[in-house]
Parts: sequence; C-alpha cells; structure tokens
Amino acid sequence: MATADEIRELMRTEGAAVAENTQGFNAGRYDSVADLKDYEELKQAARSIKEDAIEELPDLLDQLTDTVEANGGTVYIADDAADANDYIRNVVDERAADRVVKSKSMTSEEIEVNDALEADGVDVVETDLGEWVLQVADEAPSHIVAPAIHKSRESIAELFNERFDPEEPLETAEELTRFARKKLGEQIIDAEVGITGSNFITADTGTMALVTSEGNARKTVAATDTHVAVAGVEKVIPTVGDLHPFIELIGRSGTGQDITSYVSLLTPPVDTPVVDFTDDETPLSAFESDRDFHLVLIDNGRLEMRDDDHLRETLYCIRCSACSNSCANFQSVGGHAFGGETYSGGIATGWEAGIEGLDVAEEFNDLCTGCTRCVNACPVGIDIPWINTVVRDRINREKDTPGEWLVDGLTPDEEDDGAPLQKRFFGNFETVAKLGSATAPVSNWLAGTTLSRRAMDRILGIDPRRDLPTFERETLVDWAASRDSQVAEPERRAVLYPDLYTNHVQVERGKAAVKVLESLGVDVVVPPAPSSGRAPLSQGMIATATDHAERVTETLGPHIEDGRDVVVIEPSDHAMFTREYERLIDEAAFTDIAENSYEVFEYVYGLLDNGASIDSLSTVKGAEIAYHSHCQQRTLGLEAHTVAVLEDCGYDVVTSDVECCGMAGSFGYKSDYYELSMDVGDRLRAQLRDDGVQDRPVVASGTSCLEQIDALLERQPRHPIELLAT
Amino acid sequence: MESKRASFEGALEALGVTVSSTAESELEAAVTEAVTEPAVGIALDETVGDEAFSLTETPVTVDPTPVALREATTGVTGAELGIGDYGSLVLSMTEAASELVSLFVERHVAILHEEDIQPDMDAAVAELDERFNETGGSAIIATGPSATADMGALVKGAHGPREVHVIVVEESV
Repeated sequence: MATADEIRELMRTEGAAVAENTQGFNAGRYDSVADLKDYEELKQAARSIKEDAIEELPDLLDQLTDTVEANGGTVYIADDAADANDYIRNVVDERAADRVVKSKSMTSEEIEVNDALEADGVDVVETDLGEWVLQVADEAPSHIVAPAIHKSRESIAELFNERFDPEEPLETAEELTRFARKKLGEQIIDAEVGITGSNFITADTGTMALVTSEGNARKTVAATDTHVAVAGVEKVIPTVGDLHPFIELIGRSGTGQDITSYVSLLTPPVDTPVVDFTDDETPLSAFESDRDFHLVLIDNGRLEMRDDDHLRETLYCIRCSACSNSCANFQSVGGHAFGGETYSGGIATGWEAGIEGLDVAEEFNDLCTGCTRCVNACPVGIDIPWINTVVRDRINREKDTPGEWLVDGLTPDEEDDGAPLQKRFFGNFETVAKLGSATAPVSNWLAGTTLSRRAMDRILGIDPRRDLPTFERETLVDWAASRDSQVAEPERRAVLYPDLYTNHVQVERGKAAVKVLESLGVDVVVPPAPSSGRAPLSQGMIATATDHAERVTETLGPHIEDGRDVVVIEPSDHAMFTREYERLIDEAAFTDIAENSYEVFEYVYGLLDNGASIDSLSTVKGAEIAYHSHCQQRTLGLEAHTVAVLEDCGYDVVTSDVECCGMAGSFGYKSDYYELSMDVGDRLRAQLRDDGVQDRPVVASGTSCLEQIDALLERQPRHPIELLAT
Repeated sequence: MESKRASFEGALEALGVTVSSTAESELEAAVTEAVTEPAVGIALDETVGDEAFSLTETPVTVDPTPVALREATTGVTGAELGIGDYGSLVLSMTEAASELVSLFVERHVAILHEEDIQPDMDAAVAELDERFNETGGSAIIATGPSATADMGALVKGAHGPREVHVIVVEESV
C-alpha cells in the first residue's frame, strides 16, 4: 500500500502533469460523447457483445484459431507469461532477428516480453513515442493509454538532451516529436520482427483492430516480415460487424477524441509487400508479401477470472482509460500510486487481482473510494466500484485479525472480523455515532483532546488534522417522536430515512427536511432505522453491509407496504437503496426499496411537478448560491433535481463540476490519505473561489462533501434543504 | 438533411484535412495541383478502370522504389471509402504497397470517388464486414493526419503523414 510519504512524493513530482492530462481527457470525454446521439445504445451494444463473447469464449477461441490458420497464420494460446515469452523468443530466434520493434501493448507489458527478448541479446525498440520515452527513462507506464502522462514536456526535453546530446538542444513538443520520429523511423525499417497488441480480434475473419494515433503500429507491421500480435484471450469478439460500437466509443471514452487517427483492421498476414528499404532499383510492387504471422493469445489467469462471478466483468474491459481519467484520486496521483504491476486506475483492481493476485491489488485498492464516477464513463458498463469492494473484502478476509481490545465494542458483527482495525472502526461507525450522541457533549469534548487525537492517529490511523463530527444529544428520531404531524389531510405519506449523520450529527438538515415535506402536504414519520450499510461496504465488509441492508429493508418494508414513500437526505445512502442493494439482498426486496426511495430533492421536485405550491417554501428573488452535488447522486442522474428546485425557489445557481470532493466517507479521515484527499479537494476549492462564485453561499448534498467544504473554505456550507424550510 | 458529401467535407475541415474536387477527366490536373514534389503514388487505373487514373500525366512517380519512397514528400493513393460523420478514409492494403505509400510520407493525397462516401461509421463497418467475410483483406480507417500528445502537447505528424489532402472525384452526370 502506498504510504502518505509515497503519495506526497508522487503528487509533488508527477501530480501536476497527471492532473492536467487526465482532466483534459476527462473533459474531452464529456464533450465527445455529448455529440454522439446514440451513446447509450452504443454502450449497451458494446456491453452485450462483450458479455456474449466471454460467455462463448472457448468456442470463439476455437473458431478464431481455425480462421487464423486458414489465413496462413499461427495461433498459440499461452497459459502464462513465461509460456508466452518462450514462444515469442523462439519465433524471434528462428527468424534470427537482431531487432524487434513494438507498438504499444499493455499485454506485452504484462508478460514483460522486452526483458525476455533482451536477455537473448535482441534489441527491442518501443515505437509508441510515450512508451519510447519511458524506455529511454527506464520508467513504468502511469496510464494505460498515455503511458508517459506523468512526464512534462520539460522533463522529456531534459531526458533527450542528456541522453542523445543533439546538436541543437530540443525544447518544443514539435522538436521532440520530429527527433523521435526520425530516430525511430530508422530503427523500424531495419527491424525483422514487429510486435503489436490488439484491441479486438474477430473470430469470423481473423481480423484484428488496432486503435492508434501515431502510425507506429502500421509501420511496425508494414516494415517487418514477421508479425507477432500479443493479446489476452478476452479480446476475441464474434464478427467484424461487432467492431462498430467499439470503434465509435473507444477514443471518445478514453482520451476524448471522436476517433483516433488510425483504426487498423488487419487480417494478417497482410498483403503489403516486404521491401528492402535500401533498394533503389526495384519497384515496390515487385517485392513479395511474404510475411509470417503469429497470434499469441494469453490466458495468465483470465480463464479463472471468467469463472469468478465478481471478477468476470473485468474481462469486458476495452482498456480505454475512462475509469482512470474520471477518477478524482487518479487525477491527483496517477498510475504509479493507483496501479499494480501493469494496469492502473479503477479497473486495475480486477486485472491485478486476477492476473497477479490479491497482494498486488492490495497495494492500491484503497484508492478507489466507491464514488462511482467511473461507472457511467465506462463504455461497457462495468461496475468498477463493486469489483474494488469485492477485492477489498477478499483482502480483509486474508488478513489476521488484530486482537485489539478497542475493536471488540466497535465490531458487533461477527461476520466481518477479518477487516483491519481502521476498516472495522469506520465500517462500524453506527456504533460510534450511537455512543457519541448518548454521551454528548462529553463525547465531543473527549474526542477533541490532544491525547485522544494522538491515540486515534496511532491506533486507528485517523488524521489529527481533520475535525471530527460533533454529535448532537437529541437525535432526529428523538426530535420527531416528540412532536405531532403538522399535516391534517396529507397529499402523500412518507417515511424520512434517518441516516446516520442526519440522525446524530447534522440533525438540523433532518428537521428542515421534515418541515419542507410537511409544508408541501406530506405526512412524515421518522422511525428508528439501522444505518444503510454504506460505511461497512466502503471498507469492503460485505457481510456486515448485507446484514444492514436486510435490517433496513425489514424496518422500512412495513412503511412501504403502508403506502409511504421513502425519502433519503444522504445521497450515499440513497445510492445504497437504489444501486448497491441489488448486490446485497434478494431481487424482490431490492425492487421494493429501490422503486419507492427518493433523494429528498428528487422528491420535492416530484411534489412540485405534481401540483404542490412553491409558495409553501421559502423563496428568494435571484439570490446567488453555489451548489456542489454528490458523486453518487450525479451517477444516478439526480443533480438536476436540486438545481431545478433551487432555481424554482428563485436562486441563481452555479454548480461545481469536479468528479468528487475528495472526502469520500472515511477516506479523507485516514492519515495515509488525508493529503491526497485535500489535493482532490483543492480542485473543488478553486471552483468555489472562482470569479463570480467566491462570495456565494455554498450548499452541498452529501455529508462528506459538507465536511470537506467546511475544511476547504471559510464559508460554512449547508444542505440545500435548509434553504427551503420556512 | 446535410448531404453525405457536405458532412464528410465538414468533418475533414475540422480535422485540418484539405479537400479539392474534380471531374474524372480533370483528375490529373487535380493531382498535379495537390502534390508537393517529390511525389510517389499507386496507379489506380486497374481498380478504377479508367486510364486517367494511371497518373502518368502527373509529377507522381508511380510504383516507386523503396528509396524513392523514403525520399518522397507526397504519397498518392486511392481511398476505398469515405465516412461522412467522422471525415475518415478507408485505405485498403494492396500488393501494390498502398500502405507504404500512404504512410511513409509527410503528405498523403487520397483520391476518393464521391459515390464511395458512406453516411456514417455504422454503414462503413457494415460494408467492411461484408467485404472481409467475402474476400478477406485489411483496411485502415484513417482520420486526419497522424498525431501524438506524448511529448507534452498535441503534435500533428508523428510516425505517419503530417498533412492529408483528399481529392473527391465527382460523380459524372
């Protein structure tokens, strides 16, 4: 696991370049997919092709093998990296090749074929400019599509000037590119073997698609007489026609380009003649196209992933990098922290767990906070946060349980006693909150003492620079129980879910919600209810989260049956009910709670839309306000409802567009991640301090966001529902 | 609705690809104007069946030697299809080495028949699907010049051409 020191150092050395590039890609993605009128249909088509292909994988591999062999090529299915490398070394040896040129391929990075060939004395040259920079610098890729994303132009110029000592020192991107093109161009035409990856391979014709921009993959194939394509077995899809959605989606989803310069559709061995580039007598067409083709398909754990109900989705990944670019943490640290042996970003947890093992996934898996911003960005709809949660759960279970006295009172759920102390503390925050309210204000005074904070830092890894939540003595449930409904003839009836924070910490927003709903003609009850399970789920404690989910549905079920709607203030809990519970409880129970639950502003929007009068609410005339929506709320498409209601109430609303505030539940409290959390938060701070925004009061929907904004700004933020209460 | 050709040319413009158009009979003049010498090329008369496409009356060296290819500034080839919504060209790979001529040069001039412009990617892939399944083969979907952002800023002209020009051969009435 990356330590606070390692993360700080990476942010210092690579953070700026990573942030600029990933945010550029991410903004490009939003723009590019907005131009695609059938974006959602294309994503569904892509998803369905991948689902079917992985289901039918053994048959497709047989078909592909027959096709490629009929075309005149050879197929080798390698069990693992060593097996693949032995085969490739043999091909290179039989060709008596001195030089191998490569185009970019993550799978070849995975098997480390360069090292294997170099050990045989072969000159291996990376021809993708980014990969070549890293080869010269002897560094590892930090991004699956743009491998040298962590390097600035200045650092590349310094590297080249030092290593190659050109007559005129290189400075601009144009000069660096020209220099690399010339140098690599000479090496490409002199090479015997070309190694490429493959983005997709069709079983019907043996056609492989290579998605590139520089033209190096084309040259790698065209200029050599032996073509070796290295690809994971999961790259096979049934037909050439199936390529269509992927061609439209892959560039847009990744670097935000509508399409990359070249999509090569090669049915090797290709017809291009193999020429001697020093020949000045023979016309091109007089050379033979005598070319060998080897397709090396790599298992290396993938077929086991296919049998794993939770890791299987990883195999749908088309390596577009959307999950990296849309990830707030990745935008700050890049793939050198948020990555394993080969792969980086959110989906890397699946790849590394399946290929390398849990120990490698553990090194970076905590950097996924479950914010879900990658979910809608993924062109094949992989539930990347869920894969991270499952892997975290498995890692927890592999650990020895520390026999700390402190933990026992905090982990009432026997099922999950595998999780480390810190995870168990945050995962069982309900116990802490109950205790905190019962003993407030003493609990707040004690928690704030220097001695307590030192102990929390040492034992639980809670960063002393974070303010702790202040527990209220009177919970929302107690308050609600002590008063009568204010609505005589209700239009609708609702149960307001007392989420952990609203009930114990931010009680005022709960009271405001009750008042707002009542003024719109809703009869509201606030019964005691278990916490949603969000806290344990985010720590990878799935059994505990499931237990919460079951108890929540048992508690709310009778109210739903009684005709009440479930209204939720905390977006992360609303997302549990409408999204994550699908993984935790049976289908009928999930449908029941998901279909009857509303985020509080979604509900208010619906009431107003159905005839409730805005005059019942507190309205203004053009007052300026800044609104930060919540990551999981945005994934569910529910930011717009808050904005619309606030505008209806007369507010002039400016919204942030950062992917996440950086707090992400307990993440920002952890000593190892505090500074990263604040770095992510800085982007939100910058937006809230922009011209025209800097003086606006701030409202935010999520508890974590409110805590983070409170730490970032002088202005104290509120939940927007508090603006509406009369 | 915008015509296929208008949408194609609009997309090319956005990519920084220049376009000229010509009647079949004037092709050689259009090619002469479009190339920067030294220029090499692939004769198209065999595939098109029109002598004008042999490029003999142009400055283009047809079927060059490898050394002449490396020394050339411009490479002239045909394009099998145009793709309206992306401004892409579908370049086929032939034994005449069109892949080399379109790739190992600074400027690629592609000759495209107007009737070969497909409205969108869906239609283009469907056509390739049919062709690949009938006769095999390979193709490049090329969109704009080669490019890289790996050196700290977007640069046009990485390993492949830095400039692309399309000559649309108009349908004879």
